[in-house]
Amino acid sequence: MGHHEHSLAIFRGRLKFKSIEQKIWGVFTFLSIITIVEVIFGIIKPESLMVPFMSAFEGGFMATMANIFLSPFIFMKPLNLIFIVLTIVKAYYITWDFMHMRDETKALRRMVVWTAIFLICYLVLILLVEGDYIFEVYKSNYIKFDF
Amino acid sequence: METTVATTASKGGVWGGGNQPLRASYGKMMMWFFIVSDALTFSGFLAAYGFSRFKFVDAWPIADEVFTHFPFLHGVPAPMFYVAFMTFILIFSSVTMVLAVDAGHKMKQSKVAIYMFLTIIGGAIFVGSQAWEWATFIKGDYGAVETKGGKILQFLDTEGDRVAIGSFAQSIPGSSVEHHASNGVWFMSGNKQTSYNFEEVKAGFLANENLLIRTQYLDEKGHPTVLSREASIEKIKKDGKLVVEGANLKRNEYGHPLFADFFFFITGFHGFHVFSGVLINIIIFFNVVIGTYERRKSYEMVEKVGLYWHFVDLVWVFVFTFFYLV
Repeated sequence: MGHHEHSLAIFRGRLKFKSIEQKIWGVFTFLSIITIVEVIFGIIKPESLMVPFMSAFEGGFMATMANIFLSPFIFMKPLNLIFIVLTIVKAYYITWDFMHMRDETKALRRMVVWTAIFLICYLVLILLVEGDYIFEVYKSNYIKFDF
Repeated sequence: METTVATTASKGGVWGGGNQPLRASYGKMMMWFFIVSDALTFSGFLAAYGFSRFKFVDAWPIADEVFTHFPFLHGVPAPMFYVAFMTFILIFSSVTMVLAVDAGHKMKQSKVAIYMFLTIIGGAIFVGSQAWEWATFIKGDYGAVETKGGKILQFLDTEGDRVAIGSFAQSIPGSSVEHHASNGVWFMSGNKQTSYNFEEVKAGFLANENLLIRTQYLDEKGHPTVLSREASIEKIKKDGKLVVEGANLKRNEYGHPLFADFFFFITGFHGFHVFSGVLINIIIFFNVVIGTYERRKSYEMVEKVGLYWHFVDLVWVFVFTFFYLV
């Protein structure tokens, strides 16, 4: 095994730590702040963040394309979007600094991260689209509720 | 990494297995691949949760109204606080774990032991908290009535506050449905199926003018729909079928039964991971204490179990978001 050093910087080198212990406590502080922000938002649920930023485009092909590309802003509550982004940020720092992914080779990093991200996005997309379809079917038909 | 694990890597040339393009030992790489596959298992569960939630998106329970309890604070609504506490416990035990890994790199045996010990304690607190969360969820809160179609009706007073069925149900002697062991162990104590049966709740509801029914359907603002008094009376007379107290795999007083199913399944599977993580940590802890890794001149085992432990934390971050926040 090669003798490689730990990277001591986070935020793309903007924040450098003197030792690995300091970096661990720094990342812990950052993760704690994110969690506190999430909890505060989860309790307050500001009204302004409960309705989507934009409404769906109507019209032809371009409107459909715009609806697909801007779907997080059209079909999601901004609050949920914020939660999901913050979760991914937290996941990044847990993986990169606690699991030392930052210090692994590029090939290992891509093998683990890209594989998982691709398969998860694929699965989530299919299941959520299908779930929404069934919801629409229920809405217009009379079917026993919990089969 | 300052240390080398010589036992697993063969010393051949490039074609004899001596080439290590990933510069990771066999054990660590396999732990990463296990983590990828386990991550896909968990995303399968969470995506299935999303699928079911999208199916019933206008009638899904609001997590804030389900998980409102905090130990020793009876009757004080504290949504989110307990899960937030659990999240901190798990992140903190991740910190002690990564400090143990770092101490291992520096070959400091006693420091590794102390940090491993703290990690085990954190894991134990988390598993205990989850058990408490389950117990509270299973026990239930206000109780509800289930309709013939399997929907849940909850009770409110005219101010819009939830009302427990026990506070208004009228006792009708001799009407309670007896519970037999052949019907399973849904209710463990007493010989009645629920503390009040449907007829008793119905009688109490009709006698009490200021009670309203709340359905599980959400309005445009995302709040459950509250029926008028007349509509409430009609609903309970026409559709009411049985009383539900608490949650299990079949019935759920908080709303859709699938919510309870996924809660038990996902947090249960995660809790099982934490539990096995604690066991593995204990084994590694004793190995550290008796000096196994000191003799091996490498603390890589601590690093590998650390990867698993951080992964458990990582999964919780997602469960926290998709079960409690979103």
